[in-house]
Formats: sequence, structure tokens, C-alpha cells
Amino acid sequence: MKNEKILKVKGLETSFFTHLGEVKAVRNVSFDIYKGEVVGLVGESGSGKSITCMSIMKLLQHPGKIKNGEVIFKGEDLVTKSSKEMRKIQGDEISMIFQDPMTALNPVYTIGNQMVEVIRAHKKISKKEAEQTALKMLEAVGIPDPAKRMKNYPNEFSGGMRQRAIIAMALSCEPELLIADEPTTALDVTIQAQILDLLKDLRTKLDTSIIFITHDLGVIAELCDRVIVMYGGMVMEEASVIDLFSEPKNPYTIGLLKSVPNPDILIKQKLIPIPGSPPDMLNPPKGCAFCKRCEYAMEICLEEVPELYEVTKRHKSRCHLYHPDAPEVVRKQVM
Amino acid sequence: MSNLLEVQDLKKYFTKTSGLLKKTEQHVKAVDNVSFTVAHGETLGLVGESGCGKSTTGRTILKLYQPTSGKIVFDGVDITNFTEKQMLPYRKKMQMIFQDPYASLNGRMTISDIIGEAIDTHKVATSAKDRDDMIANLLERVGLMKDHASRYPHEFSGGQRQRIGIARALAVNPEFIICDEPISALDVSIQAQVVNMLEEIQRKTGVGYLFIAHDLSMVKHISNRIGVMYLGQLVEIGDRDKVYSNPEHPYTKALLSAIPIPDPQSEKSKSRIVLQGDVPSPLNPPSGCHFRTRCQYCMKICKEVEPVLQTLEDNHQVACHLFS
Repeated sequence: MKNEKILKVKGLETSFFTHLGEVKAVRNVSFDIYKGEVVGLVGESGSGKSITCMSIMKLLQHPGKIKNGEVIFKGEDLVTKSSKEMRKIQGDEISMIFQDPMTALNPVYTIGNQMVEVIRAHKKISKKEAEQTALKMLEAVGIPDPAKRMKNYPNEFSGGMRQRAIIAMALSCEPELLIADEPTTALDVTIQAQILDLLKDLRTKLDTSIIFITHDLGVIAELCDRVIVMYGGMVMEEASVIDLFSEPKNPYTIGLLKSVPNPDILIKQKLIPIPGSPPDMLNPPKGCAFCKRCEYAMEICLEEVPELYEVTKRHKSRCHLYHPDAPEVVRKQVM
Repeated sequence: MSNLLEVQDLKKYFTKTSGLLKKTEQHVKAVDNVSFTVAHGETLGLVGESGCGKSTTGRTILKLYQPTSGKIVFDGVDITNFTEKQMLPYRKKMQMIFQDPYASLNGRMTISDIIGEAIDTHKVATSAKDRDDMIANLLERVGLMKDHASRYPHEFSGGQRQRIGIARALAVNPEFIICDEPISALDVSIQAQVVNMLEEIQRKTGVGYLFIAHDLSMVKHISNRIGVMYLGQLVEIGDRDKVYSNPEHPYTKALLSAIPIPDPQSEKSKSRIVLQGDVPSPLNPPSGCHFRTRCQYCMKICKEVEPVLQTLEDNHQVACHLFS
């Protein structure tokens, strides 16, 4: 991993203005992405992980709006760009892979057709050359007999192969940043293993940075270098993958790790679930988003949103227990 | 432990007709020669990739599909060819929890109607007050409040809806529940709540579960025994620890090694068997062993002869020519 920063998200706030009121989906999210690293974005449904990435790509649909914040990519703020300017970046410098490979492709065009369209939208090359590039990409993602397969329609592909084709399409313009929104959730474990291997391989070859959105902690452990844990629209914890799993520093992360079984452990573990359910974002808690489900919640947690404290140099946690005045006894007991 | 459920050579074929006169027939062998037993108070986990026939197996056992051939014996009684009317008393003993908590509850019925429907059909309650008490009691058992009874499904979250689905299954005091992917639509932090509750219910009532899922680590957590299916066939079945720590079938080995472990240290040291290609079409499965097209140990005999389940030690059964 090099120390070149390619994306900087600062104070991002995204809301949906519905007839019921404002849904604050992303609340003051900041993070950096460096060149060539894989960053995992974990969280439950409704935690704002997908909306954060949609905001970066500026793919928000009405009534969603970026209220505040900056998304600096290669020195330029994407938030202020027009949709025409964004279209040059989308698919070229930043690409995205979506969750459902069954609906992300257009069923009435052949795979080759769709790939050539993407390539020619960004590069001034002939159709023949674009076809060559598409062929090479399909080969790189492991589709057998790519020349024949390019003439196929999406319905002739299986789920795993469609996801490969989408990855090929996303990488065909050699983007610097790839956003993968739960790319393996809809797939079987054996196919998931193939896709994860492919992404690891492509990362080493192309040196692309990847933001990987998932709710599967196992996938995070396997693929990512760094992890950002989101809850209730906020970043709760940020750490390297080793630190996060061996020394989690936030009660939410700790709860999450205790509630999934580790199949490598032979004796029967007791699963400790997190009580309650995620907050209603129309009406989020006034203080910490997790306070209603946190067993260590103090009075201040109900009142004030905690800061994202720097626990060690590369480990941040949003919890009042890291406030200098917090009871140290409790903190030691928790972490 | 005596057997609560016995499934012998169960087959369920779906017919696909094509051609101008709809005369060409093809069969999708969704479930092909599957045999297993579930004891009282036991949990049998059924795993496999999507399309391997695990849900169809569950539904055929409940006779939501009429089996093509084979035998389903519940509590010593052969129910395979029972009519709907004859099935009614058995519906009280066998219940099902469905995958999608959003689609399995009728949006126009209140929670008390949804749970009460099962109570009314099987005439479990003696009076209207008894019925209300039962509903309140059931809601409390699954961790909801009794005044939730007058609400509608849309007022609940996914996890709460799944609890309602469980309360509905428990309403008639069943001896056997088929759980068809009961947690896969739920958030990670909610999954553990539901799994713990299912275990708690089993401890108290001694109900037997057939737990169908593709999340292998959760299946391992909840099951006593595990069956692995591939393209409509059972390829391996045995005690949980045997199957997980000592898998014998090449498919089970690959499937287990594909589970991502939530621990980056052991994840790095792990060797993974990545299967090549996809599951073949069930309309046209490979000859001989169905798994041979993706198997790294494929021999000549695998193309010709279909392997049958053989018993290794301790009731561990495997269908693979490597063991014949």
C-alpha cells in the first residue's frame, strides 16, 4: 500500500426529504482511501453504507440530496460537479459493481454490446478496438470462450458469470477506484469464493483501490486491509482488519463480533445477540446512534453524539468511553 | 431417540413440456432419491447451493408438493399418499417457518388474526378468552408484547416479523418444524436473536427441526446432524462435528473451505478449495456422479455409475466412489 490518498470524504451528510420528514441517512461521515488498498464498509441494512457510496458517485435519486460535505477525488470536489461532468468520471475513473447481478445488466443487449458501449463512452477508439478490449477483460475475469460469450445475452449467463461480466465491465476503463456494493451477497458461497479470489487477483494486477460494502464479517476478514464500521448513518469505528477483529474498540463492533458464530471453533459457542433493533432514521436518537442497544450506555450517551476518538494512531472509535473524563474502569471492562 | 420423521427415497420431479404440441417432456429432478431421518428433539441441518433442492425437500415433506415417489413416515405413520383431509391432524404436528418475513404474513390481517387462524383451524382453543390468552402467551414467548396483537405486519421490523412467523408455527404445539432459511433475510445482529430463540424453544418443548439454510456457519451452530445436498441428491450426512471437522465428500470439502471466517489471522493461513465453474443445469445433469464436472478427483467410474450413500463409521454417510 502506498501513501497516496486518492479519495477524501469529509463531513458528508446525505438526507432523504420524504413526506414523513427528513431521513438523515448519512451523518457527518469522513474517511480517506489510499491507492491500492481494499477498504471494507460494514454495517446492517439502513446503516448508510450504500448511500455513502451513492453520494460519492453522485447517483442519488430524488428525494435524496447531499446536504453538506466534500468528496475530494484527485484534488477536485465531486459534490460541486454537474451531472454532465460526473458522467465522465462515472465508469471511467470511479466504477461501481452492484449487488444484484440479475438486474444490473440490460437483458435486450448482448454482453459484448454493453461492454463496448461503456468503453466507447469514455475512450475515443473504434468499435473493433473496443471489442478487443472487452474480449481481453472477459478473459481476465475468467469467462471461458470469451469470443463466443460476447455474443450471448445476459439470460444465457449464470449468476456468477454475470457478476464476472459486470466486474469486467467496471474494470474495462481501468478505474482508480472501484466501489463494490455487496457484490457477493446474492451468490452462493462457492461462487463467492471465486469472485473474491478474482477481486484479490485484479487488485494486485491493476493496483485499483476498492471500497467493498458488505454485512458479512467473514468476507471482510478475507479481503480487506482496512475496515470502516457504520451504524445509524455514522462511522462507529475505523481500524486495520487485524486490529478490528483482535481488539475491537467500539461496543457496537464488539456486539457484532459476538453475534456471529466462528465455524472454525469446534466447541459449541453461545451466541450473544445485540438486543433491540436498529434505529429509525426518521427519528434517530439524539445522542449516540447505538445508545438504545448498548449495555454500557451512560447518561451522556443519550444526550450527545460522541466524537470519533483516535484510540491509537490508526484506530478510531466513536464512543464516549474514550472521552478523557470517562470512567476508566468501565472502559477497561468493555474493551 | 426414536425417529420422528423418516424420509425414504424421496423423489420430486417437475415436468417441463416444450415443442408445438407440448409433447416433449423433460424432468427437473429437484429431489432425487433422498433418504434421512430426524429424531425427536433433534435438529437436522440441510445445506447446499441455491437450486440444489433443499427447499423442495422441505416442502415435499409437508406435502405442499405431492412427492413423485418415495415414502414419508411421520411418527410411524406413512403419510405419503394422504389426502388433504387426512393430512389435517398432521398439519398440527408439522409446521413451517418461511424465509421471507415480508411475504409470509398477510398485510391485511392483524397479528392476532394471523396467529389465531392456526388456532381456529385446528380447534386448539376452548373459548374466545382462551384463544386470546394463547395469543398473548405466544407473543410473549417469542419476545413480543401482548398488545402487539391488534397491530398489522407493516408496523413491525424484519426481525419482529420473523418472530410472528415463529409464534404462528408454535401456536398448535407442533412436534416438528421445518425452518426454510429463517434468518437469511435478517440483519446480522438480529440473526443471533432468532437463532437463540429457536434453540430455547427446542430445549423447552423438545420440538424437532429441519433447518434449511445456505449460511454454513449458522447451520453448524444450530444443528446436531448435517446433510449436504448437490443437484437434488444427498451427498453426505452425519454428525455435525464429523461433517465439519472431517468432511469426506469432495463437494462438502470445497463448500466448507469456501466459508469466510470472521478472523483475519486464521483466514490468511487457510487453504481454500475453489470450485471451478457453476452448478450444471438440473434439466440435464451430468451422467454418473452429478458432481463429477467440478470434482478434482473425478475418475472413470464417476462418469458411468451413480454413487450411492455408504455408511462409514458412526453413521457418517457419503455418496462418492472414492469410498467404494
